[in-house]
Amino acid sequence: MASIKPRVKAPKTASAGEVVSIKTLISHPMESGQRKDKDGATIPRQIINKFTATFNGAMVFACDLEPSVSANPYFEFQMTVPETGVLAFEWVDDDGSIYTDEKTITVA
Amino acid sequence: MNRYALGVGAAAMVVGAAALADPNTDVALEIDGVAIKTIAASAHADNPIGDTLISGWHYRNDETRALQLDDFDNPAFLAVELGRELWEAADGASGKSCADCHGGIDGFAGLRANMPKWSEAAGRPLTLEQWINWSRKEHQGAEPWKWESEQMLGMTAAIAVESRGMPMDVQTDGPMAEWFEKGRDLYYTRTGQLDFACASCHEANSGMMLRADHLSQGHLNGFPTYRLKWQGIGSIHRRLKGCVQDTRAEPYAVGSDELVALELYVSWRGEGLDIEAPAVRQ
Amino acid sequence: MKTLTRREALAAGAAAAAFAASGLPAFATADAAQEAVMAFTGGVAPGEGGVTLTTPEIAENGGTVPVEVAAEGAAAILVLAAGNPSPGVATFHFGPLGVAMASTRIRLARTQDVIAVAKMSDGSFRQASNTVKVTIGGCGG
Repeated sequence: MASIKPRVKAPKTASAGEVVSIKTLISHPMESGQRKDKDGATIPRQIINKFTATFNGAMVFACDLEPSVSANPYFEFQMTVPETGVLAFEWVDDDGSIYTDEKTITVA
Repeated sequence: MNRYALGVGAAAMVVGAAALADPNTDVALEIDGVAIKTIAASAHADNPIGDTLISGWHYRNDETRALQLDDFDNPAFLAVELGRELWEAADGASGKSCADCHGGIDGFAGLRANMPKWSEAAGRPLTLEQWINWSRKEHQGAEPWKWESEQMLGMTAAIAVESRGMPMDVQTDGPMAEWFEKGRDLYYTRTGQLDFACASCHEANSGMMLRADHLSQGHLNGFPTYRLKWQGIGSIHRRLKGCVQDTRAEPYAVGSDELVALELYVSWRGEGLDIEAPAVRQ
Repeated sequence: MKTLTRREALAAGAAAAAFAASGLPAFATADAAQEAVMAFTGGVAPGEGGVTLTTPEIAENGGTVPVEVAAEGAAAILVLAAGNPSPGVATFHFGPLGVAMASTRIRLARTQDVIAVAKMSDGSFRQASNTVKVTIGGCGG
């Protein structure tokens, strides 16, 4: 299994009430369960099935993923920044692994 | 008829002479304020492509081109980040990292543009992958990485991005001359059931549609490249193998003398263009 | 529901026969996509308008197709690919601080309709649909 690593692009600062754009990407093959290996055996499905972004603990954006999301799942979404806080990200793998990242956005 | 025009059966695959679809040359590639020369005058008057070199980026549609404009949107940067971590990581019997000897990876700015490059020690040209494995063995006492492994692709991508915006510049004289000639011979050698040479598509019919594919000039300045088809990043030799396979021939192996020679010759054909690796293609 | 023309019916029949013969997994039918919509809406037919679905007209490769959806006031948006082996792609959920828009990259097995259904905060449903042509028949490589 390739090494799985998230990437996140979020602004470090924002003004109160500003709408900002967040981009996330995680290296993951998103094995669909539809492919076969060289011996003709079905390669079992293994995907990131859930992505969640929270700000100071409150859900901002979430996605349930199916195998039709491309390898290295990419999301761009927007949020209103009410105050300084921590934007936490979580990716859940079919194998039970959870990958996380976080970014602090400071309201000046 | 041009010597390298497609054969009769194959001509049916090219959707008629009227299907010339011009690359979009009204767009410019600039990443993080760095302008990258993707349309350029050929550095060689005897370049068979002609006066104007056009990167494959211009042959792609708006959505694919856009993926390369921003390093976050470009999924190849997952590999670049892995490569940068590996640069700092101790490996092998020496317990040394790349950084321990070479310092910052930015010290390798320009290196990718010179590949393949002559090695006195090896007495032959080495590609970037071969240089990396040579150094892993000689300096780190580490096992070689497989050609298409995520480590090798990460390292080649991380080194290549340091040369972004720098012109392709390979040595073709001296001891490189025989490799250059060999590469040129291979470029014009028809192979496979379809009886295509590299030149059949990328010289005689560049700009045409081959079924649903827009034939480019076949440059290497974007490699390693993230291909949407691969849903991942891949090497020059993987792409060349794919081309040979498309002619329905048994492809040369990655790292073979044939593909090293071909990489050298095709790189020379791109001199004038800047390195834009890691690129994004269809 | 849209009535099939004779030509479409013949094409669908031929495709189904081809898949049955090849032993490949059958592609989802428009019905499977409709079922997925109904499962999401609880059986309510979604209205039109209010959902912006941005897709390329032609995807150079079906493996990575950029898709953007936006529906002001939506709590969730379901994205379906009507012609994939199974139609579900992704369901986006938006919290109070979230803006009801999202971009992602999806797989499309062939030329087909991409459908977005938004669940509005008042409980109603809205739908938009785009056809994406998927380029097949290029160089393998």
